[in-house]
Amino acid sequence: MSVSVTVPSVSPTAANGNALHEKIAIRNLDFFYGENRALKNVNCSLYQGKVTAFIGPSGCGKSTLLRILNRMYDLYPNQRATGHVSLDDGDILAPSQDLNMLRAKVGMVFQKPTPFPMTIFENVAFGIRLYERLPKSEVAGRVQHALQRAALWEEVKDKLNANGLSLSGGQQQRLCIARTVAVRPEVILFDEPCSALDPISTAKIEELIDELKDDYTIAIVTHNMQQAARVSDFTAFMYLGELIEFDETPRMFTTPSDRRTQDYITGRFG
Amino acid sequence: MTDLHTTKAFDTDLQDLARMVAEMGGLAEKQVADSVDALAKRDSALAQRITQADISIDNLQHEIEDKAVNTIARRQPMAVDLREIVGALRLANDLERIGDLAKNIAKRVIALNGEFPPPKLIRGVEHMADLVLGQMKAVLDAYARRDVTKAMAVWRGDEEIDAVCTSVFRELLTYMMEDPRNITFCIHLLFCAKNIERMGDHATNIAETVHYMIEGRPIADQRPKGDTTTIAALRNAAER
Repeated sequence: MSVSVTVPSVSPTAANGNALHEKIAIRNLDFFYGENRALKNVNCSLYQGKVTAFIGPSGCGKSTLLRILNRMYDLYPNQRATGHVSLDDGDILAPSQDLNMLRAKVGMVFQKPTPFPMTIFENVAFGIRLYERLPKSEVAGRVQHALQRAALWEEVKDKLNANGLSLSGGQQQRLCIARTVAVRPEVILFDEPCSALDPISTAKIEELIDELKDDYTIAIVTHNMQQAARVSDFTAFMYLGELIEFDETPRMFTTPSDRRTQDYITGRFG
Repeated sequence: MTDLHTTKAFDTDLQDLARMVAEMGGLAEKQVADSVDALAKRDSALAQRITQADISIDNLQHEIEDKAVNTIARRQPMAVDLREIVGALRLANDLERIGDLAKNIAKRVIALNGEFPPPKLIRGVEHMADLVLGQMKAVLDAYARRDVTKAMAVWRGDEEIDAVCTSVFRELLTYMMEDPRNITFCIHLLFCAKNIERMGDHATNIAETVHYMIEGRPIADQRPKGDTTTIAALRNAAER
């Protein structure tokens, strides 16, 4: 496989003629699980107000890449990243980086809904209290706003004291999105957010992503190619730890430039 | 098409679609050849058969549409696969129109029943038909082989047909001016020539589709246009 950099640069005025603002810049990023090099010289940008999808076969490094963006890997020993990853002007990889602040700015939604075993209200309020001291009434307002943004408010407003785990899978996932939104992050990372959901819940999450993207920078890892095509503005195809191709989504799914991208998205792989 | 899909049934779907388009192309070619043959020989019986055979082209078009819509719905094709299917739909449209034009020529042969103009009048039209049949054969071949070079050659070749068409128009005008008794027949021949010229345009469309299927973008050049047919010929006649 060629080692040459196959990442085409996306012109900064690509979408709608509006200048793109690079929210997260990833440069020459390598990542190691012990001795195992899981990411190889990845270069990529996440643009403000845009959704970027990461696709690729299992084990290609897309979830690894996502976990670097909020330093999730710090929770595990023997894992390290080299290269440069910046959020606006801040260096995400710097040892001095305040991880709590970083994770407040870069929220994450996981594959399986992870509500806490507490009330719906507390699930959302929990995050807010973690970062801010607010009067009760204000917390209530923030919780309601977050649940509204997560398109869950109408379904739970009469049972805010019910246990979060009593909700359906799709509702639990939206509850987790509400919890993420409640702390007012700048970037939201979705790691296969719909893989455990039915098509209706999936459609609701996708609609939600579309609504949220005006205010946030969004990255989504998905195994569902059609989902990537539906929700994202930019798509990155990863394979064996390399970023093979990164381009605007319509182009990636109609006329990709790399043969490996084409083989993958058309189902001709392996 | 490149390598095979992991899902073999998807390959079968695409192959079926390509086979149906090829079959439709073969039928359309035969209709065109037969219609010009019927015209040259003033064979009303053959012309009748042509008008009846058009239905099988129309049916194939519907089958291709069904198959394409089904494949899109079931497989959610991307990139080259999606273009393959969109291409089949477009080709089916163009081939159906070519079939209609051949049928139109056949109808004129039936209408001409009994009239026997000098054979030299038909020669120009026959020449055009030969060129168009060559174009159709080449472009269907380019489709079957996914040969973009060959498709581009067809695309450029349309200019010649347009040029011959213009000269046929001029020729027919001259005959009409020479002897008004030629007018009825020449008018029919004029329409036949125009129909054949349009078939050439559809062959050009198909060449563009083949290019799009392979390259994923439309042809960048300007389309060759030697076509000033009716307008130029009439202007020239008026000036005389």
